[in-house]
Amino acid sequence: MADNHYDAIVVGSGISGGWAAKELTEKGLKVLLLERGRNIEHIKDYQNAQKEAWDYPHRDVPTQRMKDEYPVLSRDYPLNESTQGMWVNEQESPYVEEKRFDWFRGYHVGGRSLMWGRHSYRWSDLDFEANQREGVAIDWPIRYADLAPWYDYVEGFAGISGTREGLDVLPDGQFLPPIPLNCVEEDVAERIKQAFDGERRLINSRVANITQPKPEQQRTNCQYRNKCWLGCPFGAYFSTQSATLPAAVATGNLTLRPHSIVTQVLYDKDRQRATGVEVLDAETNETYEYTANVIFLNASSFNSTWILMNSATDVWPGGLGSSSGELGHNVMDHHFRAGASGDVDGYLDRYYFGRRPAGFYIPRFRNVGGEQRDYLRGFGYQGSASREGWDRDIAELNHGADFKRALSQPGSWTIGMTGFGEMLPYHDNRIYLDTQTTDKWGLPVLAMSVDLRDNERAMRKDMMQDAVEMFEAAGIQNVKAEEGDYGPGMGIHEMGTARMGHDSATSVLNAHNQVWDAPNVFVTDGACMTSSSCVNPSLTYMALTARAADFAVNELKRGNL
Amino acid sequence: MHRRELLKMIAATTGTALIGGNVALAYSNEGTAGGEVLSADDVELLDAVAEAILPRTDTPGASDAKVAEFMQVFVRDCYTSAEQDRFLSGPVDIRERCQQQYGRAFPQLEDAERSELIEALDQEARTLLEGSDEGTPDIDAPGDVHYFTMIKQLTLFGFFTSEVGATEALRYVAVPGSYDGCAPYEEGEPAWAT
Repeated sequence: MADNHYDAIVVGSGISGGWAAKELTEKGLKVLLLERGRNIEHIKDYQNAQKEAWDYPHRDVPTQRMKDEYPVLSRDYPLNESTQGMWVNEQESPYVEEKRFDWFRGYHVGGRSLMWGRHSYRWSDLDFEANQREGVAIDWPIRYADLAPWYDYVEGFAGISGTREGLDVLPDGQFLPPIPLNCVEEDVAERIKQAFDGERRLINSRVANITQPKPEQQRTNCQYRNKCWLGCPFGAYFSTQSATLPAAVATGNLTLRPHSIVTQVLYDKDRQRATGVEVLDAETNETYEYTANVIFLNASSFNSTWILMNSATDVWPGGLGSSSGELGHNVMDHHFRAGASGDVDGYLDRYYFGRRPAGFYIPRFRNVGGEQRDYLRGFGYQGSASREGWDRDIAELNHGADFKRALSQPGSWTIGMTGFGEMLPYHDNRIYLDTQTTDKWGLPVLAMSVDLRDNERAMRKDMMQDAVEMFEAAGIQNVKAEEGDYGPGMGIHEMGTARMGHDSATSVLNAHNQVWDAPNVFVTDGACMTSSSCVNPSLTYMALTARAADFAVNELKRGNL
Repeated sequence: MHRRELLKMIAATTGTALIGGNVALAYSNEGTAGGEVLSADDVELLDAVAEAILPRTDTPGASDAKVAEFMQVFVRDCYTSAEQDRFLSGPVDIRERCQQQYGRAFPQLEDAERSELIEALDQEARTLLEGSDEGTPDIDAPGDVHYFTMIKQLTLFGFFTSEVGATEALRYVAVPGSYDGCAPYEEGEPAWAT
């Protein structure tokens, strides 16, 4: 075997790439894992994990200089002192906004698995059947039954905490004990259940934070510091570093190569198979070729598509997978920041101990069971109740000893939540190559043209009104509808651009995530999504990846790849 | 604490989101790089003003937390030049008022006089904000945000996120190890720092 040949190449080391590397190496394949950014070693390189608020010169607020350097990231909370260096350098890696698109990227080993929100929910057949039922876009080529065993499998390994609720819209999984609700949330849950006959439910959020140790993975249970996004020295949340990468390394079958920008998939048009990838070393600018029998693209939704667009252009000008005309199309995100908040009377003899990395979740209840609102699909809510802190208003006091004493004690309870809404796949919500603009390495960049449409706007009204209605029914005071700034991409759940489908005329990938035009190329990150559901997507990427890896190895053995 | 939450909460105390942390201004920032914006005299005055807002009691105060030194760094690095100009008008105006009203500098005022002045500034700042559009003032429109709003924000933010503020005025446990969502609370016990 030549030095540059592997059984499989995995491009990208985030949530889905880490899973691909783990599954393929554990099944005995020699795997090259390529990551375009630098390495971040578990625990050792979590440089801010032990810092406190006062250790940051600006107490975690971005400086003007940071805003200049990170104009996109500065649109939202990810730009701060504590996670600096864990987001892409925007000067080196620009993109073009034909229309505003917030693209928050993590170019390093582990990708956004280090900074993700960790909410982990299963899809249901309500989601998988929606496109077909409503005549939207194309039908998913799989159903819940295809994915259910793989959800079981990835949940068991990743460690998802949650409660079994027996809900059709949000199937139960293999859960560790839940992260508890606080006493206000518990009472609000009961009141909502009563007021809506059990049709609307407030439950514990299901998160990839382990509530029992996993000694076989050298992971300790959550310590309730709520500093996940700095990298967890306890390995208490699922990330590439804490979970899949150590498993892959342990097989002895993994080679990890950071600073490796994959510029194209190499394609043999006679065999109609990929033969490997071309890599540009981000540090030396030298070009290498690596060959493999199987290639997994897990470079993040848009970057996997970028690689396809740059591949086999001598056969298809639009790139590998473009023959359907759908490559780069059907961009989706979850639109959010529409909800409500209010004040809670009482419970002044109750407080909490510890800082939860979680809160509550209200599963989708709209357009379920035959209901037809003036929009399609639905939304879920994430929220929490807490006591006010020093940043509240104190009537009649504005300075001095009494003011300080009052602010040093907890205030009354408040509660708030925001909806996360499904976005439909629209063909002309798209990304494309802008060859006029290049990055630090002279490579063409992506341009974005994505809009919210009437369906999403109509849904946002319900996201606010329903939140108000539920809080008022639960006895919350001074309930206010809230809507914050949202631009496509801001949900950091970008999906689509290389969708799965039943046939090569209307989709880029088949039911096993194989590129129709190159069956030994699998795309199992968010690019593959045919619709978006309203639940956080990462758990589904994990399940799809494990399923595709299993299929790929079986096909290899059969000689079909 | 998520900055998103922080911005929202500071809004309650001072009537507007934390200036300098305002993501909405991201498209039009023009910060300055280089030397100090606040002079040593300014820092000394702001130290006294901050201490009047959050004095040392049985727990440390703003001066113990070196809040004015924090302001020097924050105003220099996190404010736009327009925001810096607004903030810098503060020390100038406070000096003038002290001389005109009391004939002495702020540090030499009696406690009651300091209190009177802070009270007046706080009232002016609130009146100005109430007149602006739902607490989302345009910092580039002169007169829309009072410099005292900025001083007070940075006093509270700087104090309660400092080590003494977080661990002695408030409570902080670095590694809680467990979570209890229904713990008993007796009035007077400090709040958690984050």
